[in-house]
Amino acid sequence: MSEVAFDGVTKRFGDVTAVDQLTLSIRDGEFMVLLGPSGCGKTTALRMVAGLETVTEGTLRIGDRVVNDVEAKDRDVAMVFQSYALYPHVTVAKNIESPLVARRFDTGDGSPRKLTSAERAERVTEAAAALGLTDLLGRKPAALSGGQRQRVALARAMVARPAAFLMDEPLSNLDAKLRAQTRIELVELHERLATTFVYVTHDQVEAMTMADRIAVLSDGRLQQVGPPQAVYDRPHNLFVARFIGSPPMNTVPGTVVRSEGATSVRLGGQSIEVEGLAAEPLADGTEVIIGVRPEDLVVDAAGQVEAEVRAVEWLGHERLVVCDLAGHQITIRQAAGDDPVATGDVLPLTADPAKVHLFDPDTTERLN
Amino acid sequence: MTRRAREALLGYALLVPSAIVFAWFFFYPLYRLFVMGLHQQNRTGTAERWVGWSHFGDVLGGEQFREGVRITGTYVLYTVPLGLVLGVLLAVAANRRLKGIKVFQMIFSSTIASSVAVASVIFVVLLNPQIGYFASVKMFSLSDPDTALRGVALSSVWQNLGLTFVIVLAGLQAVPDEVDEAATLDGYGPVRRFFRVTLPLISPTLMFLAVVLVIFALQAFAQADILTQGGPLGSTETLVWKIFNSQQPVDQGTGAVMAIGLFGITLVVSLAQFLILDRRVHYGN
Repeated sequence: MSEVAFDGVTKRFGDVTAVDQLTLSIRDGEFMVLLGPSGCGKTTALRMVAGLETVTEGTLRIGDRVVNDVEAKDRDVAMVFQSYALYPHVTVAKNIESPLVARRFDTGDGSPRKLTSAERAERVTEAAAALGLTDLLGRKPAALSGGQRQRVALARAMVARPAAFLMDEPLSNLDAKLRAQTRIELVELHERLATTFVYVTHDQVEAMTMADRIAVLSDGRLQQVGPPQAVYDRPHNLFVARFIGSPPMNTVPGTVVRSEGATSVRLGGQSIEVEGLAAEPLADGTEVIIGVRPEDLVVDAAGQVEAEVRAVEWLGHERLVVCDLAGHQITIRQAAGDDPVATGDVLPLTADPAKVHLFDPDTTERLN
Repeated sequence: MTRRAREALLGYALLVPSAIVFAWFFFYPLYRLFVMGLHQQNRTGTAERWVGWSHFGDVLGGEQFREGVRITGTYVLYTVPLGLVLGVLLAVAANRRLKGIKVFQMIFSSTIASSVAVASVIFVVLLNPQIGYFASVKMFSLSDPDTALRGVALSSVWQNLGLTFVIVLAGLQAVPDEVDEAATLDGYGPVRRFFRVTLPLISPTLMFLAVVLVIFALQAFAQADILTQGGPLGSTETLVWKIFNSQQPVDQGTGAVMAIGLFGITLVVSLAQFLILDRRVHYGN
């Protein structure tokens, strides 16, 4: 059992509330990504699981054990730090071995004991082989590349066979190419170990590509939890809508118009249809914020709204058309082969009503 | 002229000012020291007589110099290890995120602002056999030839403590928190963390301090002069004290040779420290 469960967990540093009433259950064997901008409390949440920060309020469980007062070393978790935190003065082998030296392990005969040096060496060899570090065991961290150091940090985390892996932005010090490669390797590692991974990042690409589920945090509060695609498709509030997706979702204020037989949202002098809006108890004249992802905006001669092109950004396989819509900047994502557009063109736009999101401008919550 | 030659010329030209200063204030005095060491002076130092290299052998092999080396060596042993250990202890104690810790850090580092003379005067009073606060602590008594050097060393340890503290604290603060946290997760207790992680990581700092403190100790003069005037029975006559006092009535030549001897010792000890410690010191990346 290596479920990790936050139940109303709050962490305060003096007057600052870093994590506010977090309730989140991470399932056994799940790859959970805590996603949010810097300062959102994601790292603090992870550090509470590790035992590096105390819990101010609420209960934190790992498996069936409440760990609020359990020391870090007794929690059976391993952490990979952003800087890797390798010991610079000892070899790779000693670094990997380090979690095995001081702790006691249950080796199957019931009572936990310290491992013999032969057992430790065996585990180090195994972890090093799993991560392709066998030839580097005699080196010191200073003689390794960034990617190799990162793998040493992973091997050090693996070697104690923890109930949960905690990772704090482990890819942020790698270059783009290596990062993409390591994402795949981490997913493979997760499948092979079948252990709970709690992974902290501000990078939505990492979150989307690796997570079983994403937990989006902002200002210490949980905004939404769910599988990546579900979070992308149905953001619960404006923060999630704007944070996930690159370029971000277009959000423009509008007004609900109810007239006989039709319900739409008016933006400036134009209106756009929204699926399911008729069923919502929204009165005529209600202020809303309408959101459409850049790829869901389509240029169509029968389009309901018109936007003027201000700039076109070519990205090779696609282009981003930046437009002005009733005084608001919006972005349209188009394939490179679509009809050419130029600055100053006025584009008639339409969107699948099923892909239009409505948010309450006051509460920022989703309305449809 | 090739570009390479022009650049080399410019490089040397830029070195000239510092070379002049160095020659003036270092190489010329050193040369003069050698010349003095090869001569015997009259009382006023206005006339000198060639005595040659045998003077070096006589002085460096003589009783006075050997006694000075023994006393100075003992002084190094008294001051350096104790100073380092105390400095590390204070720095570890003060390296926390606590309210008001800055006050303690300021107090611990305050001896930086005191000179050797001030420190010595303070200890003259503290160790005074009649009115001193430590008068009853016999192991530091300045009036006993067996313990006087310890008393002098104590004042020096106290005076250098501020510097040691500040430098060790800076070293500790350069140790990444994450490495310490990784060690915590690895199950290392505070003591093990200190010896297995912190100490190796601050070893470059400690090596630097060891070299500096040894050189300070080899050059000790004012403490001995103010606290004990070299006594009792010459038990606190450090090398520099002997060098200085040998010039006093007559013998500048002897002092010069001893000074060259001390220079040689300092050079060898520093080089040895670098060579030995460098292999055991762990530089991060």
